[in-house]
Amino acid sequence: MIVAARKPLAELKRVLARHNKVLCVGCGTCVSVCLAGGEREVSIASYALRMARKLDGKPIEIEQLTIERQCENEFIQELATAAERNEALLSFACGAGVQALAERFPKKPVYAALNTQFLGILEEQAVWTEKCLGCGDCVLSDFGGICPVTRCAKRMLNGPCGGSTEERCEVAEPERPCAWQLIYKRLESIGQLDNLERIYPPKDWRPSWHGGARKIVREEHRV
Amino acid sequence: MIDNQQNTGGAGSSPVEHGLEAQAAATGQDGEYKIIAFCCNFCAYAAADLAGARRMQYPTEVRIVHVPCTGKLEMDAVLAAFERGIDGVLVAGCLEGGCHYLEGNLRAKRRLEALRGLLDEIGLGRDRLRMVNLSAAMAPTFVERVQEMAATVRRLGPNPLRGTGNLPAQRNHKLEVPATVQGEKST
Repeated sequence: MIVAARKPLAELKRVLARHNKVLCVGCGTCVSVCLAGGEREVSIASYALRMARKLDGKPIEIEQLTIERQCENEFIQELATAAERNEALLSFACGAGVQALAERFPKKPVYAALNTQFLGILEEQAVWTEKCLGCGDCVLSDFGGICPVTRCAKRMLNGPCGGSTEERCEVAEPERPCAWQLIYKRLESIGQLDNLERIYPPKDWRPSWHGGARKIVREEHRV
Repeated sequence: MIDNQQNTGGAGSSPVEHGLEAQAAATGQDGEYKIIAFCCNFCAYAAADLAGARRMQYPTEVRIVHVPCTGKLEMDAVLAAFERGIDGVLVAGCLEGGCHYLEGNLRAKRRLEALRGLLDEIGLGRDRLRMVNLSAAMAPTFVERVQEMAATVRRLGPNPLRGTGNLPAQRNHKLEVPATVQGEKST
């Protein structure tokens, strides 16, 4: 899932400074689950923005609407009428959702209310960790299902760096475990330690975003 | 039933005097501020009831809202109160470890701390929102906490958002008709 967090109120006030009637759009998928941009968070942020603007002597009118997914035109369509009667849109979606709205409503300013953070999982209630970088060339099968590209701060592919202490990463000690410690234990427990005898050549980063924004076309499913 | 205005009438005053006092409290200087106390069913609400039954006096600014548990209190309900010009919000839950639903009050505590930070960001200030913990038998504590909150609000002055007109928030609140439906009806 995509994990995001709300921008500070001061930044939202700054981007909306020139508008007096704004549509706050929530997204009912990833950012709802990570408690950043669902219906409830949109409501809280809308109250906060309205009050802050009133205190500044420049009241703002805010309409709220949360759709199932902001990254699909099918759902964005539901916003058309509401978008029309507002000066601008404040999107509580990931970066993909914000850009989808901007493409769909070319004459309306669209602003981002969230900072999109990473692809991650829910570790426990209200704790998320990053698990995938979307590098485009997955190596998880070789490393027991633990990603050294994402979870090792140095992206080491041929063993640990030697800087970890007490099984913890030296870059973010003590919060983050050493990915290579996890990989070794995992491969040991599933009897695949021989995977580590293979020497990985330098990773080809072209399938990642280093070559610019990526695109996938599945000809067999096109209409 | 809890009616704190009745309970604040001066002891021994005649019914007429009491009525006049209550009216003055609602409109005059004593009643100038408005505080909402969200009271948990299992402790603070009963404590407030007990305070009433004992004829204990506490400030007339307070309006009690009965909630099933402080953990059930939505964050935006608190913000709605402030947007409507309420000067202070007191959230009264069970003693820590004594929640009827085990940890509703602990969850409320964390959420309210986040809300206090948001009130700072908004510019209203975190002191207008406070959580207190008490048991159903602690009527004097309830009265004390209410008095403290009233003193805080008097020190901070009125909510600057008071009387800022009709609120668009009500139109689009999630419990009401969704904006799209309204828009379609109006076109």
